This record gives sequence, C-alpha cells and structure tokens, in this order.
Amino acid sequence: MLARFWHSDGFWMLRRSPAAMIAGLVAFLVIAGAVFAPWIASTDPYDLASFSLMDGLLPPVWQDGGMAQFPLGTDDQGRDMISAILYGARLSLLIGLMAMVIATVLGVGLGLAAGYYGGRFDAIVMRIADVQLALPAILTALLIDGIARGVLPSEMHGDVRVAVLTLAIALSLWVNFARTARASTFVERNKEYVQAAMIMGQHPLRVMFRHILPNILGPLLVIMTVDLASAILLEATLSFLGIGLPADSPSLGTLIRIGMQFLLSGEWWILWVPTLFLIALVVSINLLGDFLRDVFNPRLH
Amino acid sequence: MVYFILKRLFQSIFVMLAVAFLSFSLFRFVGDPVSQMTGVETTVEDRERLREELGLNDPFLFQFARFTGDLLQGDFGYSYRTRQPVAEMIADRIPATLELGTVALIISLLVGIPAGVYTALNPRGFVTQSILLTTLVGVSIPTFVIGIMLIFLFGVQLGWLPTFGRGGTVQIGGWTSSLFTVEGWRALILPAFTLGVYQLTLTMRLVRAEMMEVMRSDYILFATARGIPWRRLHFRHALANTMVPVITIIGLQFGGVIAFSIVTESVFQWPGMGLLFLESIRFVDIPVMGVYLVVIAFFFVLVNLAVDLLYIAIDPRLRVKEAA
Repeated sequence: MLARFWHSDGFWMLRRSPAAMIAGLVAFLVIAGAVFAPWIASTDPYDLASFSLMDGLLPPVWQDGGMAQFPLGTDDQGRDMISAILYGARLSLLIGLMAMVIATVLGVGLGLAAGYYGGRFDAIVMRIADVQLALPAILTALLIDGIARGVLPSEMHGDVRVAVLTLAIALSLWVNFARTARASTFVERNKEYVQAAMIMGQHPLRVMFRHILPNILGPLLVIMTVDLASAILLEATLSFLGIGLPADSPSLGTLIRIGMQFLLSGEWWILWVPTLFLIALVVSINLLGDFLRDVFNPRLH
Repeated sequence: MVYFILKRLFQSIFVMLAVAFLSFSLFRFVGDPVSQMTGVETTVEDRERLREELGLNDPFLFQFARFTGDLLQGDFGYSYRTRQPVAEMIADRIPATLELGTVALIISLLVGIPAGVYTALNPRGFVTQSILLTTLVGVSIPTFVIGIMLIFLFGVQLGWLPTFGRGGTVQIGGWTSSLFTVEGWRALILPAFTLGVYQLTLTMRLVRAEMMEVMRSDYILFATARGIPWRRLHFRHALANTMVPVITIIGLQFGGVIAFSIVTESVFQWPGMGLLFLESIRFVDIPVMGVYLVVIAFFFVLVNLAVDLLYIAIDPRLRVKEAA
C-alpha cells in the first residue's frame, strides 16, 4: 500500500513541486497541532483556573520581559498565545471540516440525482442553485445566522452557536459541489458501463453511488480542498465580525477580533500570532488545492 | 434587440419578486411582529386588535401583494430597534456604501486591466512571475486581515491616513459625499483598496487569460503580418476583443463588492449599509435585514441590466443581428 503510494503519479509530482511539499508540511503541522492540542498546549484556554491575570500581556520570549514558559507571549487575560491558537485552530478546523462535509454530501447528492434523472428535478435544483449563486456566500451565511437568532429562544444561543455557524457555512458552499457533480454525471451517465449497469436492473442509488460517483471524484476532491479553505475563511470572517462564536470559545477569527483591540497599543503579538497562523493555514490549503488540480489534469501528465 | 431587452427586463422582475418574497417570509415567519411591537403589559385583546389592524390575519398571498405594493411605493416599514422608518435609515447609509464600492471597483479596473495585459504580453518575465505569486497569496488572505494590515502600516506605523470613519463629508441634496474634500479622500483610500484587492486579482487573471487566448488567434497573426504597429495591435485589436467576458464578470462581481463591503465597513467603521446590516443581525432587526436584501438585489439586477445594454454598445455583432 505504502509502496504503491510512493510510486504513484501523484506522489511523483509532489516530490517535484517544492511549493506543494512545503504547503503539505505546513498544513500537516497545523492540523496535527490542532488535533493534539490538549496534549501539546501547556494550558487549557477554556479553563479559567489554568491561567492567571498576573501573567497578562507578556511579550514573546525573545523580547524584553518575555518568559520561557510562554514562548509567544500572553494576552490580556494571561492566556498562553500558543495554547490559544492551537485550541482556536482546533475549533476553526472542526467547523470548516464539518461544513465542508455537509456541503459535499448535500451538493454531491443533489448534483448526482439532478444529473442522473434530469428533467424537472434537475431544473428545480439548478434554479435554486442560480438564486444561491446570485447571493455571495458571506451574505447567505450572515442571513442564516440572523434567522437562527430570530427563531431560537435567546437562552439557547450559546449552546447551538457552533451548529448554526457550521450549517450557515455549509449552506453557502453546497452549490459548487452540486454544479460540478451534475455536469460530470451528465457525461458519465451516457457511457456504456453506466448504461450496462442500468440495463442489468441495478437500483438507481447503486448506479449513482457505486458506479458514477467513483468516476467523478477527481474534480470533487479539488473543490473539497478549495472549499475547506473558503469555509475556514468564512468562519474566521464571521467570528471576526462578532456574528460567529462568542469570546469564551475563541476560534482563530475571534482571537483576531480580540487582538484588534491591541492594534494601537504595543502588544502586537496578540493580534499577529493568530493572524499569521490563519494565513499560513489557508495559504497552504490553497496551494495544496492548486497542486491537486494539476494532479487531476491529465493534460499536464 | 427590443425582444432581448424585454426578456431581460422580465427576468429581472422575476428575480426582484423572488427576493421580495424571501424578505417577506423573513418578516412574517421569523419572530412575531406583534410581540416585537408590544410590551409585556399589552392584553391579549389589544394584541388581537393590532394583529387585525396590521392585516396579519389576511390570506398569505394577499399579505404578500400588499407588502410588495408598499415596497414599490417606498414604504419600507419601521425598524424594531430604533423605531425609525427603515427607508430613512437605508437612505442615510446608501451614499457611503456606493461611493466605497464604486471607488473600489475603479481601483480594481485601473490596476487590474493594465496588469492583466502586461502579464499576458510578457508571460515569462520576472515582473510577471512576482505579480502572479503576489496575487496567489493575496487571494488566500481574508479581506479583514488585509484591512488590518493596511490600518497597521499606514494608520498606526506611518500615521499617514485615518483608520476609521469617512473624514470630511459634504451634503449635496440628500447625498452625503466624501468625494469633495481632501479629508474624505484620505479616509476613503484604505477601505476602498481593501475592498478592491480581491476584485483586482480577479480582473487581472481574467484579462490575462482572455488576452493570451486572443493573441493566439488567426486575426492577430494576420494583423501582425500586415505590419500594424504593436501598440495599435495590442490595444485596438486584442484588448477590445477581451472586453465582453471581462464586463460580464465585473457586473457579476458588483454584488460581491457590495456584500464584502460588510466586512470592510466593519473593519474601518465605515458608516454604510453593511454596518447597518451587521447591527440589524446582532439585534435581530428583521425589517432592516429584509429591506437590505431587497436593496442589494435591486442594485444587482440594475447592474446586470446595464451590463446587457453595454454588450450592445461594445459588440457590433449584436447590432448587426437586429438589422438583418
């Protein structure tokens, strides 16, 4: 299995592309750091007892007054910045991944069915997609969030914030998947293997998911990486606007919003540590997406 | 051509109706209008009377028709939060957002088109490669971070430009403009550039791709053979033929500019519609949210109509078809 991966085309291209290698490494480190945050981070930023106001506003270790205990300094509450960004990235990645998965399942499901059945069902799905496309993703996400605030009783707001945010992002991203899946399905469904499967009397669902889906996965995988980056950016933007997550469970966007308060004073690290971390994460995911696009483009082989 | 324009007009009206319906559903089903307007001490009878007066017991479609009629007459209802007419609140904020969006779009075109032409004509140059790399990173950096970086560099470190608000404004009729004072322009530069960056990269990449496509075509080869001067060849023959797709995308992107102005306005505390919309979401001020949607959709539809008319002006084939 490993040997097969090592000799594959994709890995050969990866070894030839230093940008993709670096991007892969950065993405891997960030994701590993986020997943293992509880074991790596020295303090738990959600646990008020684990840090003290006495340690507040300490600069990074290489500046005067920095302490080795807090390599990237602390915020005004005395939170260790490294712990804060690891836990923040954990939340950002969790929401981004869940939103991406929901958008994929919803979009690919609808796109497959629309391409397979065609006709009126296809027309309805595509009209909805058109309307959705006319509204930029951020506006859709803001609207869904606003509606959720209106519909849910206010005491529930804190508990369901993550779910609402995830759903809002997912619903603003599904269209790309639906359109791509539909277009590819249109091409595949007239090929002989699909016709054969249909004539053999296989269930439509089986034809769609067992036969067509594996053959249209390439372009979908590219969209998944690009949309993961979009989802993370969208979450960061919404949290930055103060619409997303509350300050007691900070994602990267919330951390940047908090850091903005220190823009005019000297404590640059509170703002720039999470900002640079977010940029590194998104740039590396986008570079990987570009790389995947080249891998799946047969003209470049 | 008349048929074409009429068809587009009909489609636009359909889109506006759909958005009005969305806005109406928001208003009608998210929260109860009556409990928003009344206090705890209002009796059940009073509530019922108010419900009857507001026409909330009428058939659904009838209510929607009345809602649309009110919208057409410019009656946008009252804000739950400030109790002011929504029409006034929005009208106060429109100039700020439109000026910001227009200047951002102009910046993106003035920089994006020449950069696109240059990178297409010199595909292997060092400058081209650095421009392309910069735009790749630029696309990955969220708008609000670009805004923060600009504030930090030009506002805090260098102290050259103001970092919030509109600076000096001038009243012209009902239009509050910041385009006529030096202070206003100084306040406008950073937010407009922040908002324009994404559009700029998009325009550049599109012009570049189209330009490279056109330069490979037969008629350019033929024009080269005829010995037409380079300048004329590049701009009169090549660039002019890239303009139809470029204008389409710019038109479509205008909606994006207005939507992303929400973020930019929040970073720079720019008193436009986006900031108003954010406040209305925070306070679940449904009437303002709904009207914002309708107004944005209206701009969107208007720009797309204008784009269609521009096609006819730019692409002579569309005119010839009608004559034939």
